[in-house]
Amino acid sequence: MTEQDAGAILSAPLIIEYPFKRTTGPVIGAFLTGLREQVLVGSKAADGRVIVPPAEFDPVSGEDLTELVEVGPAGEITTWAWVTHPHEKHPLDQPFAWALIKPDGADTPMLGAVAADGIDALATGARVTPVWAEEREGHINDLTHWVLEAEGGAA
Amino acid sequence: MRDIAIISFAQTPAQRAVKEQNEVEMLMPAIHGALGQVDMTIDDIGFTCSGSTDYLAGVGFSFVSTLDGVGPWPPIQESHVEMDGAWALYEAWVKLQLGELDTALVYSYAKSSPGDLPMVLTRQLDPITVAPLWPDTVSLAALQARALLDSGRYTEEHFAEVAARSRKSALDNPNAQLAWDRPASDVLAEEYHVAPLRKSDCAPITDGAACIILAAGDVARSKVERPAWIRGIDHRVEPIHLGLRDLTVSESTRIAAEKAGVADGAVDVAEIHAPFSHQELILRDAIGLGEDVDVNPSGGALSGNPMMTAGLIRVGEVANRISNGTANRGVAHATSGPCLQQNLVTVLEGEN
Repeated sequence: MTEQDAGAILSAPLIIEYPFKRTTGPVIGAFLTGLREQVLVGSKAADGRVIVPPAEFDPVSGEDLTELVEVGPAGEITTWAWVTHPHEKHPLDQPFAWALIKPDGADTPMLGAVAADGIDALATGARVTPVWAEEREGHINDLTHWVLEAEGGAA
Repeated sequence: MRDIAIISFAQTPAQRAVKEQNEVEMLMPAIHGALGQVDMTIDDIGFTCSGSTDYLAGVGFSFVSTLDGVGPWPPIQESHVEMDGAWALYEAWVKLQLGELDTALVYSYAKSSPGDLPMVLTRQLDPITVAPLWPDTVSLAALQARALLDSGRYTEEHFAEVAARSRKSALDNPNAQLAWDRPASDVLAEEYHVAPLRKSDCAPITDGAACIILAAGDVARSKVERPAWIRGIDHRVEPIHLGLRDLTVSESTRIAAEKAGVADGAVDVAEIHAPFSHQELILRDAIGLGEDVDVNPSGGALSGNPMMTAGLIRVGEVANRISNGTANRGVAHATSGPCLQQNLVTVLEGEN
């Protein structure tokens, strides 16, 4: 290969789109409808565990799951990571925490962004509550992020 | 089971950005290096299988054009997986088990550099409830790292030791992208990147390609003095939702290692595909490797992580050590998906 200086290499922006539309069905559809109503729902697995977001199929046995139960919406952080420099696509533009959050009554956690003043405010086991978008359309971003519950009560 | 061996492995140097070559040009030295080492041409190959992803190439069916790298005329038997090349190797192994063909060529490649890799990889997540949040690869790995720290089994010092040891080992690997000799305390002195991970806990972004040639029985013996025989190979997948898994263990790796027969004999060397330092600790435990095993003498993915290729390179690194006689039995591991969702384990052995 001949050496080329970087300035001689042609480059151009390329925006890739995969413009698929998906039908959400009765389980994921119910979860998204719930978000519009500021309600979190999960599904009951074959072993009785409550899974959030709801699963259409049992993660162990593969059987259809159809029973939906309301959970949360407040919950507990099961693990977290602190982002010092948020990406422009991240849900929050100030330093924040990603967290897996187990809503009350659920047995599995879901992913969310948690707003907090700093890394020292976060801890595994901390309680959080959702913040909802003013205009909701049945989309995961209807739940814009989560905030820490104030000490001794709900935020 | 038919005896199938790895008889040749070649890779391109792991580089941060290969700007002056397209994918085919980048791939050619790996394919023709592997063929040349055993004095073969594409005409000697029964089956060709590749691993790559359109999401990085930016073009649908991009793997079709990279077939130019092997020269597929007259028409050849070939297949492709939208996965790491280690899974292409699995498909080729299955194909050779059928008994109709004696040789296979496996290659994989990726140029990770043109896009925003940690964000491109969010497209492999659940498209409705997770991907719209754009949780980048490093952030998800950091959630796993925190869970591992909370389990009490490992500390950030353990992470740093993996990071430092890998880059030190890479000093002996001419294909490595990151190689240095600094103590773990230097790693711990770094600021957090996405806490609890530091930059040195993370694999670099890498462009590169690799190729492996497989041959059956006496064909393998006729080509090389010491083939690296595949004694076991297995892969398993876990649910895509992180909340459905215990992130501090790798159940799919444990099952794959058991099915591949890792415990059936002593392990001299293991190459583990861990793009983040804490993941090596999880994987060592899942595979069941003892303290005496030489882990990632190449420097591992932390020293060079070409997407879709770093897993295949792990297999090649172990095969090389068996063929050159420095090891008799080794384990290679490959991973795919967020936080070690999918894992492949293979056991390679020399003939005494």
